[in-house]
Amino acid sequence: MKKILVPSLIALAAASAAQAEGELKLYNWFEYMPQELLDKFTEETGITVTMDTYDSNEALLASLKAGRLGAYDLAVPGDYMVKILADEGMLDTFTPEELTNYGNIEEQWIDVPFDEGRKSSVPYQWGSTSFAVNREVFDGDIQTTGIIFEPPEALKGKINVLDTAGETLTLASLHLGIPQCSSDREQLKALNALVTEAKADWASFGSDVAKDVLVSGDAAAGMIWSGFAAKARGEGAPIEYAFPKEGVIVWMDNIALLKDAPNRDNALAFMDFMLEPENAAALTNFAQYSAGVGGVTEFLDPEVANSPESNPPEGTDTVFVEACPEEVQVLYDAIWTNLKK
Amino acid sequence: MAAMAPGGASSSEIYKGHAKRLLLPTWLVIGVFLLVPVALMATYSVLTKEFRGGVIWEFSLAAYDQFFLDRGLFGDEPPRIEWTYLTIFWRSIWQAGLATLLCLLIGFPTAWFIATRDARMRTVWLLIVTVPYWVNLLIRTVSMKFLIRDEGPLNAVLLWSGLIDQPLGLINTNLAVQLGLFYSYLPFMVLPIYAAVERYDFALSEAAADLYAGRWTTLRLVILPVVRPGLIAGCILVFVPSLGAFLAPDLLGGAKSFMIGSLIEEQFKGAAGNWPFGAAAAMILMSIVMVVLLVYARAQTREATA
Repeated sequence: MKKILVPSLIALAAASAAQAEGELKLYNWFEYMPQELLDKFTEETGITVTMDTYDSNEALLASLKAGRLGAYDLAVPGDYMVKILADEGMLDTFTPEELTNYGNIEEQWIDVPFDEGRKSSVPYQWGSTSFAVNREVFDGDIQTTGIIFEPPEALKGKINVLDTAGETLTLASLHLGIPQCSSDREQLKALNALVTEAKADWASFGSDVAKDVLVSGDAAAGMIWSGFAAKARGEGAPIEYAFPKEGVIVWMDNIALLKDAPNRDNALAFMDFMLEPENAAALTNFAQYSAGVGGVTEFLDPEVANSPESNPPEGTDTVFVEACPEEVQVLYDAIWTNLKK
Repeated sequence: MAAMAPGGASSSEIYKGHAKRLLLPTWLVIGVFLLVPVALMATYSVLTKEFRGGVIWEFSLAAYDQFFLDRGLFGDEPPRIEWTYLTIFWRSIWQAGLATLLCLLIGFPTAWFIATRDARMRTVWLLIVTVPYWVNLLIRTVSMKFLIRDEGPLNAVLLWSGLIDQPLGLINTNLAVQLGLFYSYLPFMVLPIYAAVERYDFALSEAAADLYAGRWTTLRLVILPVVRPGLIAGCILVFVPSLGAFLAPDLLGGAKSFMIGSLIEEQFKGAAGNWPFGAAAAMILMSIVMVVLLVYARAQTREATA
């Protein structure tokens, strides 16, 4: 026993010496960060990282509102949630000079509507949300949102949809060709009717299981994020990811500097680290979305760089999920509750 | 009588006068972890909601209004009874009630069987009943999902044996939820009933037989009244957690319909972000549980005074 104990105590002491550089508290999505990358960061900087996870933008917001602001340095909110967090005064700002690798951010991702000029956040990963279909079950045309909302016979009762109102109702809106955050009565009634009827053909609602149900075969079609679909395909699911003609949802997750960050300097060091092309590429190789950082291509695994999920065909229509104003949001909440009552 | 302390005073006398101090830890735990959170919830339920989570400190009954009154999607119709949330509550109550009944039907004979073995075997059987509890509830529920899915072992065996020619399609149904609840909470039914049956004096059954009572009559008039506290305790222990369960509905039922638990979760964690409403729903749920417990308490008192 002593033989094991003493060396491990020494190792522990050495480890805490390395911790002298301090720590970093990261709040991230589930299955979204390879441990090797965190280890590499600790090795390079001596900063130890503690990571907690959440499963939706709204869960992140709820947790921060419930008093966790000040407990974390960085979070990884999606585009519209960056805007919401900023509006709620939950984000700190930095200047481009504070980040050595600020210049690595791809031009198109600097003046984004949710964080003009990148004052509080830097790109993490971006990708799309649509759906994937098991080609052994259904081999017809899948480039239409009708697959989910007016499914062909072969897919009825075998569909999983994401258990988040934002993405599912936005895709339904694309299907109907109505704008997001609509307050038009007829449009909302049509939306309500569409999802209520389609529900009869759905097997389940689930976000964190979106990949598993396709791999296990519990679902033959399912709404899913592009990288998650690529992973499902990698795990042997005979699926194809669709870019429906009605449009796909695009999103970008961002590393955002939280207000009252206990380790602000370390947080900026982490942002710099993630903006290194090699590290951004390592993240993309793991998560299988796109980086938003220049110079990553040479570090990407070829199958990730060329994956059909990350390379939408020319002319694909894309929309960001919008954050609706309060008086409109209650209508969408009511439709969602009505759908699941 | 039996437990005399060295000084000659009975143990109850030794602790006399210390009762309040000895109860202090209990009151602290109940106060800090039960009364304070409940008071907080009650307060939140009558505050004004803040958009996207949080509360504004202004009194409002909007949450209860939303629960009970339907003013149409756009809020401009004359108020009617709101069935949405009552439906969700009724679904949960029905599911929990059914799970309780199933547990009772299986749990009573099981407990009876265990209690009538010899002492050594009793320990073994009790151990077997509690073994699943060494594993986390989430793991057990996920395992159940793997077991009953269309591609899972249950269907594989049935298909192989030729008993069925296509998968049962159990997953994502209410039946699957039932199975999950029943399996999760069965020991909560078995253990209290076992405790009651173990104390049962079998001479009573013999006496009943001597007085020409049939088996059914003995069960109804002699056994059931004696073990009733155990039955009621078991029913409460199964019903109450089933009512708030959200793991089984989410994982086995496919989260297609809200249960009370997931409805409340959605208010705090979901896009709705309506904390007062979540708090109000939690208060209404708690009231239902309180009513159940009060009925139980009254039944107990009546029995004690009878």
